[in-house]
Amino acid sequence: MSVPVLSVRDLRTHFFTRAGVVKAVDDVSFDLAAGEIMGLVGESGSGKTVTGFSLLGLVDAPGRIVGGSIKLNGTELVGMSQRGLRARRGREISMIFQDPIATLNPMLTIGQQMRLAMEAHERTSRRGADTRAAELLSQVGIPSARERLGAYPHEFSGGMRQRVAIAVALLHRPSVIVADEPTTALDVSIQAQILFQMRDLARETGTALIWISHDLAVVSSLASKLAVMYAGRIVEQGPTATLLRDPRHPYTAGLIASLPATAEPGAPLSQIPGTTPSLLSLPKGCPFAPRCARASDVCATDPALEARGDRAWRCFHPVGLSEGAVS
Amino acid sequence: MLGFIIQRFLQAVVVMAVMSVIVFCGVYAIGNPIDIVIPPDATQEIRAEAIRRLGLDRPLWEQYFIFIGNLLQGDLGRSFVYNIPVLELIGGRLPATLELVLISVITATVLGVSLGIYAGYRPDSWLAKTIMAVSVLGFSVPSFWVGLILILTFAVNLGWLPAGGRGDTVLIWGVPWSFPTLDGLAHIVLPALNLALFKLAMMIRLARAGTREIMLTDTIKFARAAGLSEGTILRRHLLKLISIPIITVFGLELGSTLAFAVVTETIFSWPGVGKLIIDSIGVLDRPVMVAYLILVAFLFVTINFVVDLVFALIDPRVRHGASA
Repeated sequence: MSVPVLSVRDLRTHFFTRAGVVKAVDDVSFDLAAGEIMGLVGESGSGKTVTGFSLLGLVDAPGRIVGGSIKLNGTELVGMSQRGLRARRGREISMIFQDPIATLNPMLTIGQQMRLAMEAHERTSRRGADTRAAELLSQVGIPSARERLGAYPHEFSGGMRQRVAIAVALLHRPSVIVADEPTTALDVSIQAQILFQMRDLARETGTALIWISHDLAVVSSLASKLAVMYAGRIVEQGPTATLLRDPRHPYTAGLIASLPATAEPGAPLSQIPGTTPSLLSLPKGCPFAPRCARASDVCATDPALEARGDRAWRCFHPVGLSEGAVS
Repeated sequence: MLGFIIQRFLQAVVVMAVMSVIVFCGVYAIGNPIDIVIPPDATQEIRAEAIRRLGLDRPLWEQYFIFIGNLLQGDLGRSFVYNIPVLELIGGRLPATLELVLISVITATVLGVSLGIYAGYRPDSWLAKTIMAVSVLGFSVPSFWVGLILILTFAVNLGWLPAGGRGDTVLIWGVPWSFPTLDGLAHIVLPALNLALFKLAMMIRLARAGTREIMLTDTIKFARAAGLSEGTILRRHLLKLISIPIITVFGLELGSTLAFAVVTETIFSWPGVGKLIIDSIGVLDRPVMVAYLILVAFLFVTINFVVDLVFALIDPRVRHGASA
């Protein structure tokens, strides 16, 4: 594997609320190579979005990164000044959000917003900026881009707005883009278009993508590797194909079994019993144990991350391995 | 846009017509000006002659239609007391109120919005807490009391600023103004401060509430994720996003302060229209009261219209009539 552009080790982001400490991200580690696409999958509240915000140094109070390391192009981001972080946001790492209606400023034209993002990192003439903005907009699939620079967000459809947001994120050709469910709010047909466009753009520009989603089906068509999050932790990670074919963690197995594509037509979809635990009152040991059919007494202690080759999981009773592997 | 303007114009005409009826009847109901205008020792003939000359012998509806007829020809009547055209009387006083009110409302807005944005941006800092505490004072302490305290402190005890009057004035377009002279400015400071305090408090609260709300939105997060500096985010994104309620309140405050700066003008003996209307009510000078209140209605209608136009100017969604 080549030198990673992004290397996250033991990242912990906690929220210090009145009700207690919420360990939204607890011990998350992964590497990302240039141009690689990683899917970050999990239910709502599993810590995927907070992981994304942590990477950009944009965790809002009362949350903060309490430990671990984030190395972007070899530079440590944890503990870096706001100034240093700002200089990297948008240029080396940027982010796209779920709801394109809420992300763009309704009172500024597309051109103005793209110019602001450009001026954040370099001095440009107005004409130069417009030319570049128009170029990027047509690259993300917006027709007659030059004329549309003067348009306001409300004159665009949801899909078009998300393309504009993608163009803003791509402006400075960052090494990493964190895409936080960018297609969830869109029509299915638009969703597919944007998905594959993003994949091609990442390939062309060498930008690595972290694609955050609750939808395993969407991510698996895109990402070369997957990380599955549960209650603030990555419970399993590995190459997409092997992980889908042969999951180790019971939670991953449950997610795969509940995909409509894997079910027999007409048969009810299988589901994982129970609900995600509150991060305020996590059960002792493995947080998935209460919902897990394979749980035993040993699950009351914390399972360590077990690494085998290019895969890793956090389970005492992994699926598809003989029980004898763990005593 | 043209349809919108025409519609607003028709609305304005209706509002003004209704307002004129209410004002006319209301003023008619509060007392008989004859008893005040005509000396008690006047003979019966002089008395009857005066009543006829003022047109007070006619029934109310006839007086109203004479008034409307004159109004449409640009004549708002003559003051019973000063015996000069009402327009001239009000026109002579308006500049004093105008400069006082503009200075105080604009200062309150600029300062209030800046402080409010700061208080909303760093809500936990001690400075933000101080700002909010002061704004509570601005809301709750009565204006007349603040005026008296200001005079007592800065005029009587410290002797830094004059307690009343307009000071030296300069004639521009044939009317006297205080703001171009140093002495005039010194006279404006205290009454302007007195008027501004409440508005300042309101602007602080508005800007703070807007800022706190907007700073949590994805728009701001997205701008941050693109690497924009906090200064740019506040200036280019936030300021526009919180501007709508601020402009609304600015318009309303401008109108109501222009019309009813009465308390402050009285305390600081500022010869503006507020003082004129209070004096006119005291002597039941009907033409002045009626004309003044109708002008006030006109003022509000105009300001609201301008505010709507400004909305359309700054918010593209209003301009394009979209509902996004």
